[in-house]
Amino acid sequence: MTFTFPDMPALAIGPYRFQSRLFVGTGKYATWDLMRDALLASATDLVTVALRRVDLNHPDEPTILDAIPPGCTILPNTAGCYSAEEAIQVAHLARASGIGNLIKLEVIGDRDLLWPDPIGTLDATRRLVNEGFTVMVYTAPDPILADHLQAAGAHAIMPLGSPIGSGQGVLDARQIARIKARVKVPVVVDAGIGSPADAAMAMEAGADAVLINTAIAKASNPVEMARAMRAAVVAGYWGRQAGPMPRRDDASPSSPEAGMPHVKA
Amino acid sequence: MELTVNGESVHLTDVKTVGDLLDHFGVSHQTIAVVANGTIVARDAFEHYAIHPKDAIDIIRFVGGG
Repeated sequence: MTFTFPDMPALAIGPYRFQSRLFVGTGKYATWDLMRDALLASATDLVTVALRRVDLNHPDEPTILDAIPPGCTILPNTAGCYSAEEAIQVAHLARASGIGNLIKLEVIGDRDLLWPDPIGTLDATRRLVNEGFTVMVYTAPDPILADHLQAAGAHAIMPLGSPIGSGQGVLDARQIARIKARVKVPVVVDAGIGSPADAAMAMEAGADAVLINTAIAKASNPVEMARAMRAAVVAGYWGRQAGPMPRRDDASPSSPEAGMPHVKA
Repeated sequence: MELTVNGESVHLTDVKTVGDLLDHFGVSHQTIAVVANGTIVARDAFEHYAIHPKDAIDIIRFVGGG
């Protein structure tokens, strides 16, 4: 049995348009063949990559770009940067490599939590926007900081759900809803999603998209998980559009209270 | 000449430009970036950007990441 859903409207981030609202990272896969199969199963059209030194012991190994399905936009990140200056330099390297002006900005403030440094992140956002980059910015789930990042010109706000790679899910979905209510640019829940339920929750809370890496790459079956995440994002999106019922403290019977038959217990 | 490439000391002969260096290591000139002594080398300058003894060169490529 096949379920079908109407297509979601394309998501605009700066000059880019994405049909899928599931963005996928390329780290931690056992093999590139497995990564490619998972990316195809996810139906994503935006994938993240990192920039690192060439291994001079294996300088001619194939590039990861060859393993990414055609049609996907490449989103280089500044992972591993601990200052605005470092992140800006890595953004410059990404642009110099010839794949465009799109950047996922990460300025990290703590090695254990990989928590973003809000001051460095805001500074780097402002400067990269001024240089013409399309900046998708990783941030703590802070509604006020989201305001500042939008004012600095960020093209997408990417609040973490929980620490990167932790799989703890969206620890406070209300913060995602609050950010969505405050900013006009797209909101992408970027880190911590562990299961399809988490992805659906993020979308129901108001995220315009989610970015998932470890939850797919480190699943027992990454291809099946990619497919499940795809379905969860679609379900969460349409669930939000459909307008969930209001929550209440007490029960409310689904069956009529009137007309109960008289039966002897 | 003595160079530092990606943090490793190397001794190379017959390498005069960034393009030569990439060819020496068998690195494709596509979708990579090169930093020479802290300055990013423009892609269209690889073939004539001169390398000098003691230069520190970084050759950067895309890898998997989230």
